[in-house]
Amino acid sequence: MWRWLHPYAKPEATFSLSQKLLPWFAIPAVVLTLIGLVWGLAFAPPDYQQGESYRIIFVHVPAAMWAMAFYVGMAIMGLIALVWQIRSAELALLAIAPVGAVLTFISLFTGALWGQPMWGTWWVWDARLTAQLILLFLYLGVMAIYVAFEDERAGAKAASILAIVGVINIPIIHYSVYWWNTLHQQSTVTRAITRLEAPSIAPEMLWPLLLNIFAMLLLSATLVLMRLNNEILRREIHRPWALAYLGISLPSNEASAENSAQQDSKAAGGKHAI
Amino acid sequence: MLKANSVSQWAVVKQLIRRDLRVASRQRSDLLNPLIFLLIVVSLFPLGVGPGPDILGRIAPGVIWVSALLSSMLGLERLFRDDFRDGALEQMLLLPVPVEISVFAKILVHWLLTAVPVLLITPLLALLLNLPLQAWGVLWLTLLLGTPVLSAAGAIGVALTVSLNKGGALLSLLLLPLLIPLLIFATAAVEAAVAGISPAGPLALIGAFMVISLTLAPFAVKAGLRVSVN
Repeated sequence: MWRWLHPYAKPEATFSLSQKLLPWFAIPAVVLTLIGLVWGLAFAPPDYQQGESYRIIFVHVPAAMWAMAFYVGMAIMGLIALVWQIRSAELALLAIAPVGAVLTFISLFTGALWGQPMWGTWWVWDARLTAQLILLFLYLGVMAIYVAFEDERAGAKAASILAIVGVINIPIIHYSVYWWNTLHQQSTVTRAITRLEAPSIAPEMLWPLLLNIFAMLLLSATLVLMRLNNEILRREIHRPWALAYLGISLPSNEASAENSAQQDSKAAGGKHAI
Repeated sequence: MLKANSVSQWAVVKQLIRRDLRVASRQRSDLLNPLIFLLIVVSLFPLGVGPGPDILGRIAPGVIWVSALLSSMLGLERLFRDDFRDGALEQMLLLPVPVEISVFAKILVHWLLTAVPVLLITPLLALLLNLPLQAWGVLWLTLLLGTPVLSAAGAIGVALTVSLNKGGALLSLLLLPLLIPLLIFATAAVEAAVAGISPAGPLALIGAFMVISLTLAPFAVKAGLRVSVN
């Protein structure tokens, strides 16, 4: 694995890989999100009990699921960054953090909108809601400690340590708030998938939900890749390859003559990274 | 070849503890202020929610624990701040003993200096808030088991933020979410005792938190100090 991984310690290699991956995520993300949302919001049957208002599930559940998963992904990046001192992993951690925080916020916000008609209140101190709120605080902490440092490398390392400490704490927080108070229903999706003989959700609703979950993953991954590319370019702006990619030629740069030949071919792909 | 003088780890730990205690004895107000803060916050609650003894007795476990959490945030910074400013922290990292051991000694001293006074005035707090008498012992036990977690987790936060000028508010932002499980189980234990149920379960969990945080925190603190002392 090491031999496969180590070229990506070089930001340039990571950049070209994620630039290559980007369309493979971006195009399916847009297509599947559109299909999933139209299917879920317009064509899936209304719930016999909750009527039309249950449709917020198609945004709420995907966001809530990936909010937690992205935190774990962020902590794994932090571990890689600390153990092998790979800068690309630091940048990936910084790219994931705001995306995960926004996912967490979306799940809390849509949950409040859903709770008002169903439970009669915007907010209850229920275990799942509380755990999600704490997750948002953890994301904010990671982002806050990064910006507090003047030195970006030191900030990224501190953020990595905090993300790892947080990920050790997440199961403890999760189970402690469960033990504390539970009103929220159990996960519908897990029960639907693990017990096919007695599904907890109608298949006409389950399929668009699964599609939306997948689409949300692709969409978030696209955003992470775009953020990662921007971060790499911002850090490496003084390097010849970045200048060449952006189509900037410095007059005193002796390499600028040969780079200018590459500019035309890269210029078309360069637009969406800026 | 250069060879460091062989130093016994226990000698270093003892020396560090002695030094920290002596330094602290010369800055007594640093230790006293969080304690007074704790007393003031606890006495604000009856003024805020009304002096009815039944309502006070019901919220007492939560109020005392939240106040203890907040006041511990005030005193945390001194764990590494002064050492960082005068360079003693770098010397500590250069000692020929594992950094984790020195860190553990620092955590131990911090606990002795900040938590033991809190443990001493806990009966006063319980009295002020009209906590039923049968829960006093359990409240004291939760604080005895829980305050080492505060010192250990706090050390991680301070290690990460010690080099920043504006660390204070950031420190609370980082630490308080991590300490929520402790708050939940501590208040659960005291409430169980008030209701006459055995508090053994939550108490055992707090004990587990203490063991986990005291064993794992020094490693995270070391990584944090390496980032801060550069």
